[in-house]
Amino acid sequence: MNTIQDIQNEIIDEFGILGDDKESTIYYIMELGAKLPEFPESEKTEENIIKGCQSKVWLTTQENEDKIVFLADSNTDITKGLISLLIRVLSGRKPQEILHAQLDFIDKIGMGNIIGSQRSNGLAAMIKQMKLYALAYQTKQNA
Amino acid sequence: MPINLEDIRSLFPILHQEVNGKPLVYLDNAATTQKPQAVLDALSNYYELDNSNIHRGAHTLADRATRYYEKTRTLIKEYINAKEEAEIIFTKGTTESINLVAATFGRKFITKGDEILISTMEHHANIVPWQMLCEEKEAILKIIPINDSGEILMEEFDKLLNENTKLVSIVHVSNALGTINPVKEIIQKAHRFGAKVLLDGAQSTSHLDVNVQDLDCDFLAFSAHKLFGPTGLGILYGKRNILESMPPYQGGGEMIKEVTFAKTTYNDIPFKFEAGTPNIADVIAFQKALEFINDLGKSDIKKQEDDLLSYATDLLGEIKGFIPIGTAKDKVSVISFNLNGMHPFDVGMMLDANGIAVRTGHHCTQPLMQRFGIEGTVRASFSVYNTKSEIDVLVAAVAKIAKIKNK
Ligand SMILES: Cc1ncc(COP(=O)(O)O)c(C=O)c1O
Repeated sequence: MNTIQDIQNEIIDEFGILGDDKESTIYYIMELGAKLPEFPESEKTEENIIKGCQSKVWLTTQENEDKIVFLADSNTDITKGLISLLIRVLSGRKPQEILHAQLDFIDKIGMGNIIGSQRSNGLAAMIKQMKLYALAYQTKQNA
Repeated sequence: MPINLEDIRSLFPILHQEVNGKPLVYLDNAATTQKPQAVLDALSNYYELDNSNIHRGAHTLADRATRYYEKTRTLIKEYINAKEEAEIIFTKGTTESINLVAATFGRKFITKGDEILISTMEHHANIVPWQMLCEEKEAILKIIPINDSGEILMEEFDKLLNENTKLVSIVHVSNALGTINPVKEIIQKAHRFGAKVLLDGAQSTSHLDVNVQDLDCDFLAFSAHKLFGPTGLGILYGKRNILESMPPYQGGGEMIKEVTFAKTTYNDIPFKFEAGTPNIADVIAFQKALEFINDLGKSDIKKQEDDLLSYATDLLGEIKGFIPIGTAKDKVSVISFNLNGMHPFDVGMMLDANGIAVRTGHHCTQPLMQRFGIEGTVRASFSVYNTKSEIDVLVAAVAKIAKIKNK
């Protein structure tokens, strides 16, 4: 399996091809979101909502042996695209990998400029929540 | 004299720039309007030439600053046709103006069981201060409902009015929908029950001729920054007899007549409500904004804005998936909408990528959004410096975005 860094490099390349055009970048992010696997309606609970996002984002996990699989959804297409990028990088990995991941692709593709400060805060909240899940799994595994 | 758009646009330096590689199309005027060069110059001139604390010093600069500051009060008095300067109080915005009334008029005159009426379409600034007051005083906040077009239901208003109604606090023009409310009728009816009426004029004062004597409102609150003026400056108009009957707001310098440790006597209105060193520079610069409006004339401004409104309403209405929110018969140049299947945040971001600045979200009117069963809207709001070709850019971008989900 590709490392977290491999996948980040892939994403950086993809966004590099889009260049500086903000509109096509946003369309691309939305397309990525549209490809996210179906999120179970029953998991759209108040508990699964990530705090700190302006739009609604639901995040939940499934255990797959020693790995964590993330499932997410959002009521906005752009946010869905953003979380799909995080899932692409972090889902299906061991808690430790997730905890230590340095997500430098976000800065390298200039995400802050593309999505603005409010959504950047939301993105940071998503990452934090994913790492919290990883921490909880790790604690449980070590118990 | 018909308005020459080229001339007007040349007065606003900020409009001439690119955003995301596209010419800026600024359609967020209900949030704040841009400032003409004269306002910017007045700000720097003040600090370069006249800066002094007012009403105190016996020197030439202080005297000059005081005169300029008080001249703005006179201009505002004329702008809203108040009886006298003393009825004009400077605050830091509409929000503070409303809070001032709640904290002084409310503190003294609202008691247990009293009723305060607001409408479903209020800005949070005209909801929360009354909720706080009602909680403290065990008074009752009642809500006037609206219809699906975003208009106040007058027969429901009639039913809500009674002898316990002490205050009706109502938005003159809705920031989220653009609805112009029939405030003259509301004021007349409220007065019959002895209730006072506060008008939230944050949006109306930029679009309509607001004449406080003709309307007979008891209070009017508005913000300079929505009138081509600086941020951090608001106005509260109140009728003299009411202002005089109200206790002071904040304590400090400027608002006193005489202070001893035994007893302090308060200054006369308006100074009683203006404790501390005020926002002198912004008050003085605001003159230039009012002169800009007066030079163009309210009726020509309105005509220009109405033109843009009907042009945009017609064109946007043809787009498949376009859902207007707020379709009142009487509206100012605000168009709130959603696109079928799309979140307003996403629409706003895609418009921004096209250089178009609009507001998205709940517009500080969450109860109103709940009334319509939506999370928010996209809001395009036009000012006198906007052009039909800018509307064309908006319409083309909205059509393209709508297509994503409405093939
Ligand atoms: C109708 C209305 N009321 C009150 C306010 C609050 O004004 P300010 O933020 O300038 O105090 C606004 C501003 O958005 C408004 O549109």
